[in-house]
Amino acid sequence: MADLLARAVAPAVDFTRIGALWVRASMAYPVSFWLLAVSSFLITGLDFAGIVVILGNIDDLGGFGLHEIAFLYGASGLGIAFADLLVGRVERLGQMIRLGRLDVMMVKPVPLLVQVCADEFALRRLARVLQAGVVFGVGCWTVDWTLPRVGASVVMVVCSALIFFSLFVGLACVQFWTTDSAEVASAFTYGGNTVTSYPLSVFPSEVVKALTFVVPIAFVSWYPALFVLGRPDPFGLPSWLQHAAPVAAAVCLLAAGLAWRAGVRHYRSTGS
Amino acid sequence: MTEPLVEARDLRRTFTVRTRGEGRREVVAVRDVSFAVHPGEMVGYIGPNGAGKSTTVKMLTGILVPTSGHLRVAGLEPSRHRRRLAQRIGVVFGQRTSLWWDLPLRDSFALLQKVYRTDPARHSANLDRFTELLDLGRLLDTPVRQLSLGQRMRGDIAAALLHDPDVLYLDEPTIGLDVVSKGRLREFLRTLNAERGVTLMLTTHDLQDIEAVCDRVVVIDHGTIVHDGSLEDLRTRGGSTRTLVVDLVDEAPPVDVPGATTTRVEGPRQWLSFPADASAAPVVAAVAAAYDVADLSLQEPDIEQVIRELYAGR
Amino acid sequence: MPAVPVPQSAAPHPSLYAAVAARSFRRYATYVAATLAGIFTNSVFGVITSFVYVAVWRANPTAGGYDVTDAVTYVWIGQAMLMTVCMFGGGSPDALASRIRSGDVAVDLYRPVSLLGWYLAADLGRAAYHLLTRGAAPLLVGGLLFDLRWPLGWELLWFGLSLPLAVAVSFALRMLAALSAFWLLDDTGPRSLLNFLAVFGSGLTVPLVLFPDGVREVLTALPFAAYLQLPADLWLGQRTGVDALAALGLAAGWAVVLLTACAWVLRAAERRVVVQGG
Repeated sequence: MADLLARAVAPAVDFTRIGALWVRASMAYPVSFWLLAVSSFLITGLDFAGIVVILGNIDDLGGFGLHEIAFLYGASGLGIAFADLLVGRVERLGQMIRLGRLDVMMVKPVPLLVQVCADEFALRRLARVLQAGVVFGVGCWTVDWTLPRVGASVVMVVCSALIFFSLFVGLACVQFWTTDSAEVASAFTYGGNTVTSYPLSVFPSEVVKALTFVVPIAFVSWYPALFVLGRPDPFGLPSWLQHAAPVAAAVCLLAAGLAWRAGVRHYRSTGS
Repeated sequence: MTEPLVEARDLRRTFTVRTRGEGRREVVAVRDVSFAVHPGEMVGYIGPNGAGKSTTVKMLTGILVPTSGHLRVAGLEPSRHRRRLAQRIGVVFGQRTSLWWDLPLRDSFALLQKVYRTDPARHSANLDRFTELLDLGRLLDTPVRQLSLGQRMRGDIAAALLHDPDVLYLDEPTIGLDVVSKGRLREFLRTLNAERGVTLMLTTHDLQDIEAVCDRVVVIDHGTIVHDGSLEDLRTRGGSTRTLVVDLVDEAPPVDVPGATTTRVEGPRQWLSFPADASAAPVVAAVAAAYDVADLSLQEPDIEQVIRELYAGR
Repeated sequence: MPAVPVPQSAAPHPSLYAAVAARSFRRYATYVAATLAGIFTNSVFGVITSFVYVAVWRANPTAGGYDVTDAVTYVWIGQAMLMTVCMFGGGSPDALASRIRSGDVAVDLYRPVSLLGWYLAADLGRAAYHLLTRGAAPLLVGGLLFDLRWPLGWELLWFGLSLPLAVAVSFALRMLAALSAFWLLDDTGPRSLLNFLAVFGSGLTVPLVLFPDGVREVLTALPFAAYLQLPADLWLGQRTGVDALAALGLAAGWAVVLLTACAWVLRAAERRVVVQGG
């Protein structure tokens, strides 16, 4: 039992150790470190500042007010921020392959994904968590809290992180085959984050259905938030969807895991 | 004889290459290669660029999945048990470092102890020994980015050995190093093998690496093993030749001595070739007796030439 | 010292810079898959933002002096300019920054050509490629999916004039960030700060016209406005005639000031390299 536990936490321990060393390495350039920390905080806050500016010109967007949008934005933002903190580096997989760094990682006794994600770990990614957390806090102000709503909010943020986690990893696997088209992943990860920062009522119903049943990104904020905010679904879709985020997260995780396995087996290294 | 540490049977790896016009094409990088390495052996794995050296080593370390064939390293199937195998092997890629660029060597070593979960006492004993053997003492507190190529290579080799691997793979370990660094590195590898019985497998372009370190050499070309045996065997096979470069005091017509043929004349300098398995002494004596010689030098057959001849002779 | 004697007086022929630009253009043109992937991503973001803006202008049909067609057109111009001016950084200054870190820059400083001119030419070549591919393609996609406003006559001319100015201003700012590597060794901090200013100050996050009075005027006067807000307003016919000329003059002024600053910093850096020994 203790052995099983040790094996389960080992990847987390390795991640922390490798990450900590990268953080120390980044301290070799202190000016850059602090400039990065500050600008990361500012840059992640831009989207929301944009929303505030927009809401200065109109009363509501798609029937949702500023606080409600902050709730949606915060849920999606926290999800992608946690995912980015843990696995954001996987986006650079192609670069690691080209430079032969993946080869070096593959001969170390730590799970490859852990090494890839801990590579060049930067504390500044916490800035994004902090920023999204602040906006989420603003959004929580407007909620009429009950126990089920608290529970649903926690589940929402966890599932949001897991879905973005899966999108990062699963789409990065494309780079095992081709390293040139890595940017397609951004359309789903950061694009998905942008879409779910707004009330989906501003989009056509076909788009919303695609975001529900094809790429289930709508579950990172929209459906659980409808429940927490006590709003009826503007598209009249069944209300059980508002509790289906864990299912969506499980499906995404499974797909990402399979993609990663296939990718590592297909890996062909660099020419040298 | 002991159980082999590395055992490859009919090992094959193909790649699909997409080229303009021709479409998809299968390229066989390693073609049904078989060999076995026993504990304590020091094997040189050589061949021209694109011969399949790296592909083989990457299969042995679990980086690449073989297309077909049987492969066992330390009793494990590399690609399937990659992480368990990692505990048993050390790998040094000559061109890339596994050290932290901006941190002192010491910090990278400390992390490796954690990553491999090496017994702390064992780790520090190893660190002391390798620090001594590789002369790393003054370098331990220097950020890696400030090390010279040779110093960094020594650091990388120590890093690959701290967890007591059974096998050490070195991919072009001496590339870019100066003569002194190369010499010290080769000496270290011999000591390592004698002291700890570490099995060595090194790929290289440099025949002198093989000469100084290896007791066995495997030559691969176009994905196929064309030689597996001692270096001497390799030299004498395929009718390869050595060259005596003679600088005469004055220009002269092509030198004519028994046992050698003049292949090139450039002013007072002449190139004489003779069989690689013959002694150079009689040729040198004959030239010195018949001509006014200013200088002499001997060129060993270069590896590319040996392999070319070997391959052409098949 | 350079191995080859450097003719100090010989001014390089202009065709050299044209060749540098052409080579840079061709280099980017070899990454077809990356370009297609980028066009896809630009288009996805364009679609998302378009829907949001349609909802915004439905709620307030005259927000910022735009109508809904202007607003959606603005979105797609934004996607077109994004890579053209390297809103998120990149381009030839990135190559310089890595040469500064590796020390290879010492060779560049001894070349008998203007380093600034060389890198500017390379970046213009890149910008031309990105404009024709990652600029034009999303605009076409946007035009197919939404009702856009297309410029005619003067508007097209003003817009065309604003493009090289946009690239020059953004190049100079990216260059200044890269040159900080001479002192900081690592330029990621300044570069990321510049990204922030560029994304926000250009009007990519939200059109500058939507900002409240006061803030809007300040942002419009800053060099970042030349990245997107200015070209978009010229395209949309929001600024015409003398007003357009004045705006272009301001952008040109920024380009001159910032490029001069680059030249000045480069001279200081050159002295520093001599001291450090490269």
